[in-house]
Amino acid sequence: MPQNPFHEVPERSYVKSILFVVFCVEIALLVPWAVKFKALGLFGLVEVIVFAGILAVAYLWTWKKGTLE
Amino acid sequence: MSTTTLLFYLLAAAAIVSASFVISCHKALHSALSLMVTLLSLAGLYLMLYAPFVASVQVLVYAGAIMASFLIAIAIVKNVTTSEKSHSNPDWIIRLASACPLIAFFFYAFAKSRQLFPDRMVVAQGSNTQQIATLLYGEPGRIGPYTLTLEIAALLLLVAILGAIIMTAIIMTKNVQITD
Repeated sequence: MPQNPFHEVPERSYVKSILFVVFCVEIALLVPWAVKFKALGLFGLVEVIVFAGILAVAYLWTWKKGTLE
Repeated sequence: MSTTTLLFYLLAAAAIVSASFVISCHKALHSALSLMVTLLSLAGLYLMLYAPFVASVQVLVYAGAIMASFLIAIAIVKNVTTSEKSHSNPDWIIRLASACPLIAFFFYAFAKSRQLFPDRMVVAQGSNTQQIATLLYGEPGRIGPYTLTLEIAALLLLVAILGAIIMTAIIMTKNVQITD
């Protein structure tokens, strides 16, 4: 059997994949904003900052926990 | 035959063939890779239906992130990667018979689509990504109908991350073996 690259800490690599899913969804939801960026202006920017800010909390907490290492 | 029709049949054939590989491959890894091909050809079909946003979501989220987590799950669970036992079972007739009503329903819906959904056949016009942006983010100075939902979705994603990390912390402290 070939050497399993995830054999060391499988739980941690699974958390990374869940993080990948979550931030992929975030990027997918940011695409419409990017398409209408000029029309939305500052108002849209504030909305997106709130949206991304909530997920930035999760990101910083993950970073602090050391899951990304 | 026009190019659009040819492309449609090519993508549809790719989707069907790779989907049959998903259920017939002996190795889980091969099934997952065939599923990725299915999802990508579906993304191509969405593009042909003038739905670039759905196609990008399909490529980014489904073929990208969710398939990555599938592959990692397959890599983690040792049993799945090593077992090569056959999936073919003697009760395939029962399975085929139970799938027949679903196939019949699809044919019925395809034949009667205009009568069933008369107001749902929308003619594609312009960039519907911009229309989705208006629904999600609203106009300048006025929030859209789904802006609040978008922020709640961010909270939901936050909870998903917190749950995943807390569960991992529990597994690691108790040293529970999930690798079998």
